[in-house]
Amino acid sequence: MAEHGHGGDEAAQSDHCGESFHQDSTLDNRRRFLIASTSALGAVGVAGAAVPFISSWQPNASARAAGAPTYFDVDSLVPERITVVEWRGKPIYVLRRSAAQLATLERLEERLADPLSTRPNQPDYIQGSGAVRSLRPEFLVLVALCTHLGCAVKYRPEHAPEDLGPDWIGGFFCPCHGSHFDLSGRVFTGVPAAPNNLVVPPHRYESDGSLTIGVSVGEVLS
Amino acid sequence: MLIRALAALRDWVDERLPIQRAWDTHLAKYYAPKNFNFWYFFGVLSLLILVLQLITGIWLTMNYQPTARDAFDSVERIMRDVEFGWLIRYLHSTGASAFFIVVYLHMFRGLLYGSYRKPRELLWLIGMVIYVLLIAEGFLGYVLPWGQMSYWGAQVIVSLFGAIPVIGDSLLVWVRGDYLISGITLNSFFALHVVLVPLMLVAMVFLHVLALHEVGSLNPDGIEIKEHKDAQGVPLDGVPFHPYYTVHDIVGVTIFLMLFLSVVFFAPEMGGYFLERANFTPANHLVTPDHIVPVWYYTPFYAMLRATTITWFDLDAKFWGAMIMLSAIVVLFLLPWLDRSPVKSMRYKGCMSRCALSLFVVSFLLLGYLGSIPSGGYFLGINLCWQSGGSTVCPMENVDVAQYLTITYFAIFLLMPWYTQRERCSQPPERVRGR
Amino acid sequence: MYSVRWQIFAAALCCLWAMPSAVHASVAGGAGLDVMAVDLHDRASLQRGAALYMNYCLGCHGLKYQRYQRLAEDFGVPEDLVAQQLIFDDSRVGGLIETAMLPVRAAEWFGASPPDLSLIARVRGADWLYTYLRGFYADPSRPWGVNNKVFADVGMPHALLELQGLQHCAPGSSLAPNGGVKRHPLTDEAILDVPCGDFRIDSPGSLSVDEFDSAVHDLVNFLVYVSEPAALQRYRLGIYVLLFLAALLVLALLLNREYWKDVH
Repeated sequence: MAEHGHGGDEAAQSDHCGESFHQDSTLDNRRRFLIASTSALGAVGVAGAAVPFISSWQPNASARAAGAPTYFDVDSLVPERITVVEWRGKPIYVLRRSAAQLATLERLEERLADPLSTRPNQPDYIQGSGAVRSLRPEFLVLVALCTHLGCAVKYRPEHAPEDLGPDWIGGFFCPCHGSHFDLSGRVFTGVPAAPNNLVVPPHRYESDGSLTIGVSVGEVLS
Repeated sequence: MLIRALAALRDWVDERLPIQRAWDTHLAKYYAPKNFNFWYFFGVLSLLILVLQLITGIWLTMNYQPTARDAFDSVERIMRDVEFGWLIRYLHSTGASAFFIVVYLHMFRGLLYGSYRKPRELLWLIGMVIYVLLIAEGFLGYVLPWGQMSYWGAQVIVSLFGAIPVIGDSLLVWVRGDYLISGITLNSFFALHVVLVPLMLVAMVFLHVLALHEVGSLNPDGIEIKEHKDAQGVPLDGVPFHPYYTVHDIVGVTIFLMLFLSVVFFAPEMGGYFLERANFTPANHLVTPDHIVPVWYYTPFYAMLRATTITWFDLDAKFWGAMIMLSAIVVLFLLPWLDRSPVKSMRYKGCMSRCALSLFVVSFLLLGYLGSIPSGGYFLGINLCWQSGGSTVCPMENVDVAQYLTITYFAIFLLMPWYTQRERCSQPPERVRGR
Repeated sequence: MYSVRWQIFAAALCCLWAMPSAVHASVAGGAGLDVMAVDLHDRASLQRGAALYMNYCLGCHGLKYQRYQRLAEDFGVPEDLVAQQLIFDDSRVGGLIETAMLPVRAAEWFGASPPDLSLIARVRGADWLYTYLRGFYADPSRPWGVNNKVFADVGMPHALLELQGLQHCAPGSSLAPNGGVKRHPLTDEAILDVPCGDFRIDSPGSLSVDEFDSAVHDLVNFLVYVSEPAALQRYRLGIYVLLFLAALLVLALLLNREYWKDVH
């Protein structure tokens, strides 16, 4: 045991511990390699230890259960009336559009910011549907929050009301900053605020015809 | 370029905040004796667990609800619904036990090498304050899951306040904030556990490290390395803490983490010692569990409480039990003045000190064992009884043995001024030897 | 010398580590309980246990911390299947497994409302549950006509009666001080001196004794799983964490040695 330490009588050892290294470069390299690899592995460890703490902020199982897909029977919907469904705490508008309402969608292209829905505000299978922006042309499913700052938009089906002007042919109107959307939720240019079309949430129709909001076509529930 | 910018930033800060000086004082030019051994890991490990407990604790509060109705449920939700909630909770619950393990070993190191002796008395006193705060923190935290053990443990411990003559009963109501342990108590304990006591702990640990770095670390030989310095004033038997003890401590920390995490991952209940079975039943103020014991780290003191049967001055045994429990801790505070030995380390003390320390360890462990089993019955099943004058004498019942051990515990400390002066010590070396 | 001391320390630690499990085993195995081997990796057993639970227990006892969805995740089956096979009420698959029985009504029927069983395996232990569920016997003096070997005067009826059939108490053997069964010194037959030490089935149920034991095994296995669904995750993750630390330890030891060779 005693061999480890300075003997009390060896006064010659003026070099106290820790200042006698850096003599040859191989030793230096070995030391540098060990420092680097230990630090690297240690950093991996710290990053790994952070994972549980970071992922514990993900929605927990009860939040996920509350945010699970919502089922909804569309057959009983009255044309031109809006129905509000809640999904993940957001208002989802389901509108059964009449033939007249569908007809209004055709002539608008020049006045819209994104008439063909090229920006990613809807699932892929909606983008292909063109002006109707829906799986079944009759039914429109929208997240009713304005893409500007998140206010809930108003459904305004009437033609040329006093407050919205003579050009209004029915659509959605945001009371916060005045954005206009058509009956497919596409945003009009020339009106301030909202840059993008209203969001279409993932949804699909089950074999029995009921609408499921929160799950995409072809997606298997985990 | 980037490196130069970073260096400039460091210099800019350093002119306004002494980071370089702090680095030097506490790491790069803090000279620690070169002969630290195994026992010197536990300081840094305590610090590690403190940080771990703070972080996991903060994360637990994000999902825990301190109300009598929701507390138990919220803990189970953490265990099941929150991503990795189980891991965070087990880290915290196992961390509590690990904290006491390393702190007990750290304190034992102090006893072994005389780390409490002049000029380190204040260091020891601050450490003892930390220990008392830890006891409080552990107790308060144990109440929060609001299981049966939480509830009845709180009931028993809080009742000790009622043992104080005259003011006891009103103090009891005041501590609980209610006429029974209730959601109100839970809520105030929560505030104490997550805010007040941790703040005090962190402050005390800071002072502990500061005081240590002022007087310098002792070592297994119990001699001062500052007495032999070179021309630059650097102790000849010291090594800079960084890098020597940082690389050394990485080894200790890694080994500790392996042991600690194997409990967390493979035995978080530790056979009922770290998480007690009855605590998986929600608190019920009408039914007491069959067998109520505190968590293992309090059991030595709990055994002393239960062993006390004296009723001096017309005060009941509960009062004297609480006093003895309290004194068992107070006597540790006095240690720097009880030890009169000319040497510090057990290596050079005489056989009486060595025997006393061994006896202390044995009695502390046995008291811990006795505190964790039901109070009746014979010690280790030794059914030793005989007839004497018409009555049966049984000197080996658990209560008796706990009494002998309690007396031993106090004798070791109270006789210390006598035996440390009387015994023959050997001469410590001039310079440190080895590990 | 230094390394020898480390070895002693390591050995001591190993003993320390083994101790609680030994204590645990002796406690769990004691008090006349039948021992059962829990196997959380046996998914088939867990699934059978879940089905038994839903059919025979959920009527009175909820598992209010457990979600149906979690069963699907942990048993490795699709959610649809869980919904189809295990959900008997209008619960959603993300919902908690709750009993339909109202606590007030339950208290009226059984004297106390049946406890939630999410954590019962952590409170009682697997062996106790295994013994308890197999330990109902006929006792006409009790309101439900049955009593229990490990839970005297239990308020619960024999929920698995149609599977096990009704059994009667029979005299059983006891253990001699040497640990073996107490036997008659001449005939070497076991002495049956414990009044209710054994059971005899009078009216058999739909399962044989072995089949019933195996069914209860599945049910208890399931309850152990429910008491801590994270257990499986725990084992899996733990191994990787320890392997990582072992690698770090090697580097740390080399680094430490590299620096300390300066110190004499």
